[in-house]
Amino acid sequence: MRVSWKWLNELVEIKMSPEELADKITMSGVEVGNIEYLKKEIRGVVVGLIKEIMPHPQADKLCICRVDIGENMLEIVTGATNVEPGQKVPVAVCGALLAGGKRIEETILRGIVSEGMLCSPGEMGIEDNEVLPEQEDGIYILPQEVEVGCDIAVALGWDDIVLELELTPNRADCLGMNNVAREVAALTGGALKLATVAESKEGGECAKLATVDILDTELCSRYVARIVKNIKPAPSPLWLQQRLTASGIRPINNIVDVTNYVMMETGQPLHAFDYDTLKGNRIIVRRAVEGEDLVTLDGQKRVMTAEMLVIADAERAVGLAGVMGGLDTEITDKTVNILLEAAAFKGSNIRRTSHALGLRSEASLRFEKGIEVEQLSSVADRAVELLVELGAGEAVEGNVDCYPVVQERKPIELRLARINGLLGTEIAEGKVEEILSALRITTLNKEDGKWQVIPPSYRRDLVAEVDLIEEVARLYGYDKIPTTLPCGETTQGSKSKEQLVRRDISRIMLSAGMYDIINYSFINPRNFDMMRLSEGHHLRKAVLLKNPLSEEQKAMRTTLLPGLLDTVRKNLHKQNRNLRFSEIGKVYLPGTDSLPEEKWVLGAAVTGKREKTWLESEMRYDFYYLKGILENLFAGLGITGQVYRPVKELSWLHPNRGALVMLNGREVGYIGEVHPEVMDNYSLEQRTIVMEIEIGLLVEEAAKSMRYQPIAKYPAVVRDLALLVPETAEAAEVARIITEAGGELLHSVGLFDLYQGKQVQEGYKSLAFSLTWQAEDKTLTDEEVNVLHDNILLALSKDFGASIRKA
Amino acid sequence: MREELKMLKEKAENELRQCSFVGELQDLRIKYMGKKGELTKILRGMGQLSAEERPAIGKLANEIRDSLEERFNRFSEELKARELIFRMEKEKIDVTLPGSVHETGRRHPLNLVFDRIEEIFQGMGYKVEEGPEIELDYYNFEALNIPKDHPARDMQDSFYITSEVLLRSQTSPVQARTMEKMRPQVPIKIIAPGKVYRRDDDATHSPMFHQVEGLVVDKNIRFSDLKGTLLSFAREMFGKDRLIRLRPSFFPFTEPSAEVDISCIICGGKGCRTCSYTGWLEILGSGMVHPNVLRMSGYDPEEVSGFAFGMGVERIAMLKYGLDDLRLLFENDVRLLSQF
Repeated sequence: MRVSWKWLNELVEIKMSPEELADKITMSGVEVGNIEYLKKEIRGVVVGLIKEIMPHPQADKLCICRVDIGENMLEIVTGATNVEPGQKVPVAVCGALLAGGKRIEETILRGIVSEGMLCSPGEMGIEDNEVLPEQEDGIYILPQEVEVGCDIAVALGWDDIVLELELTPNRADCLGMNNVAREVAALTGGALKLATVAESKEGGECAKLATVDILDTELCSRYVARIVKNIKPAPSPLWLQQRLTASGIRPINNIVDVTNYVMMETGQPLHAFDYDTLKGNRIIVRRAVEGEDLVTLDGQKRVMTAEMLVIADAERAVGLAGVMGGLDTEITDKTVNILLEAAAFKGSNIRRTSHALGLRSEASLRFEKGIEVEQLSSVADRAVELLVELGAGEAVEGNVDCYPVVQERKPIELRLARINGLLGTEIAEGKVEEILSALRITTLNKEDGKWQVIPPSYRRDLVAEVDLIEEVARLYGYDKIPTTLPCGETTQGSKSKEQLVRRDISRIMLSAGMYDIINYSFINPRNFDMMRLSEGHHLRKAVLLKNPLSEEQKAMRTTLLPGLLDTVRKNLHKQNRNLRFSEIGKVYLPGTDSLPEEKWVLGAAVTGKREKTWLESEMRYDFYYLKGILENLFAGLGITGQVYRPVKELSWLHPNRGALVMLNGREVGYIGEVHPEVMDNYSLEQRTIVMEIEIGLLVEEAAKSMRYQPIAKYPAVVRDLALLVPETAEAAEVARIITEAGGELLHSVGLFDLYQGKQVQEGYKSLAFSLTWQAEDKTLTDEEVNVLHDNILLALSKDFGASIRKA
Repeated sequence: MREELKMLKEKAENELRQCSFVGELQDLRIKYMGKKGELTKILRGMGQLSAEERPAIGKLANEIRDSLEERFNRFSEELKARELIFRMEKEKIDVTLPGSVHETGRRHPLNLVFDRIEEIFQGMGYKVEEGPEIELDYYNFEALNIPKDHPARDMQDSFYITSEVLLRSQTSPVQARTMEKMRPQVPIKIIAPGKVYRRDDDATHSPMFHQVEGLVVDKNIRFSDLKGTLLSFAREMFGKDRLIRLRPSFFPFTEPSAEVDISCIICGGKGCRTCSYTGWLEILGSGMVHPNVLRMSGYDPEEVSGFAFGMGVERIAMLKYGLDDLRLLFENDVRLLSQF
């Protein structure tokens, strides 16, 4: 809502600066988003009267104007074709500053000195929609009412200031200047100076000329019609045009301008029909017939549904109620009589219609937010009064007021104890009454610290006691409310088990050197192809948005992989080559319940290497690097028993460099190198290793309580075991057999060397383990360990054909 | 013999002075004082001395021994110290060379903010609750006093899955879910961090962003409690000198409602570019839980009251870290991430 400072000052007495008022009303709930000083960059342009136009002796297309600017007479050369003697025009005198900082100096045009310049609207920074349509082109021809020599800023009202209100939905009342003035009056105590309207009576001549029927009283609760005859369309006086432009509305002609002006003044939209085009002199408010059409003012043919409300005459729809009028009944040059409509349409219905047709206007906006049904007839009277005042037509006596169910306002109980109890204040009774009265809230009854009150009809948002408490609080001043802390029972701040595990995971990943990232939850479904998922793969079954912003954000992710790979790609593209990313986020899987299933997943991707330093050689971020981080994670969470099972079936992984991660026989995730084709699909020029682990499946294991193990009293014996095993043997399997055959005394098994090459026979590889033997009750002797080692060798040679590698 | 002894002493002392290593000194000691050393050799001749001479010579020999012993020891200490210094001199390293690389991870700035907010409120006795991101229209709107066709739905254009299921446009549905779960018990004291979604995408809006919701329901909860709680939070989060300011506002699920500003964290309230020269920064929305919301979730507004607040994590992160473009937060560029 754009509020003209000049206009506001005419409606309410204001004794402060615009900035002070803006601060005051912002602090009490009506936010002023911006204070705009209109066209302040234009300097030195005055109103001039063209006295005489002479041809330019040296140029056919130029002429010389003698212009009276009050103090003196100027000779100005112009190429404009729309100027005539007797017109008033804006004159930029020497030294004037125009839009875009353009400075006007005395110039010589084809041998003639031009002592200034006549201006077009554009040269003064005036947009087309701020002037009458006929003023768009050429020099801006001013109305005769402006004074010669007057600064153009004053003449055109640019000395005005606009407060832009950012209204919350509950304060739709402030979409009318009168109500803004009432709010200002309530806050500042300034006297209100609202226009008084002579009210018309129901019936009379008007009722003889038109009838109104509301067929759907749910969607239209009241309809007031008035008639103005012998209208004379003409440009509105300047003051009215200026108020409209300050309000952001383009002036058109007096008839249209008055309906808009009254809307801005009262918040109530009006519509004017060409009375003589209404068949049967009837107005019928009804739902459209499914498929019924109407050509609206903008020339578009609209096909309507039975959900939409129309204004019809005896034969056809003549307007989309509250949204846009019909072309057939539009006011034209030929219009003689008009019927003015002031009606109350149901906001939600208008909202749906205007959304469905993509038609949103100042009028539909006001209906959507809700209007004040009680003021309809006075609004119509105000419009008629203004039209008559402007000489735009003659009033037809009386009105038609169709108001089937008069809306009564129920009294609201307001309790002093409740006010102070809810606010934590000690506001006195008298103060509350003062506030109620400033807000024009009527007190019907008062006893025992309770009031029965009725809010003014324009405050449709005040329906319950708590709404009134807010009114009291905001006029009392939020800043005066004390600062306390809740003083009830003490509570324990806490997190759930899963939240704690997620916190632990994020800390472990962080200490492992991973960069924590956040990707969008929605992805392009194309990713499923890029991941080489087979048709019908379960990850393709994503939750889809009905109204995504773009195809790229259509599907809720079923895997973190696309986000991870995209992040890698974007970084590689920016020459960030060594990357370690992890993300803890949700995936969304269609479920059988009313809502999809949401699972927390840990995802990670690494690529590149740790660069060589003067001290350490480079380390590639390969499969084993990421696996090490995963192992760290398990260790950090106190989880043991995880198993890595080679997997070829995950389409996005290299078939020979991927593993399922198993915990207690359950698949908890995967880890592996990205498949070369998938790398291409994501334009990854570097091998990338990824993993995803379902966090929910770790929670139970991670949350196991920790128990202390006694520390061994006797020294351990460490022995190395270098084995020759077939190439295909899996290290984990060899280690498993060692562990099994080693028995209780084998404390730990670690692989410290893997060798394949010249010194090893073809088809075989050498694995070297370090075995730690430990007994609780004694120091093991060499002989004892020898026996145990022999057991292990026996088991290995049986299962693998393994043998001790001779150096 | 006396002469012999004196000469020995002199000779030993001379040689001792020539020593420059502890090893040499050891050799010297053995040469003079060892079992087969020179002193012993001389003393072997004691037998040929007269009984009168013997004690005097014996005494002298002992004195010489002690004196030499002492000198050896002292000199040995000295040499050791000297050798240590020498060794350490040789062991000099360039301490300005970079240390061994330990790759450090980085926490996403938004998660840093989440962590801090959670910490502060947990310290104030708040439980961390979460709810689904794909939510029923009922919890996202209706249970929050936003019936269908309510103009407030315009404030947030949402992503829909079906007509009844949508991506939550706020963390507020967790309020309704928590109250439903807890009723009729009080107190409820929770915060609900998480992702939310709205159909907006420009320099100041992201279709996915993050919020933290707070809810307290108990007997006699007052607007002044909301003010105090938010003041504590603002000071923990943004510094001890922060002031807060509440402005009346509107949210369908709170009444009275308030926008909360903190004194500008850059200029302290004097006015700067960050606060658009107002001295204040808007950081959250809040209010007293609307009686309709309490009623719908199974509480009697005459018995209990509550307050709720919600804050945008992106907004706080941008203020706290001086980020000027929201989209940076979702690009995951390591050059940005590595700064946190």
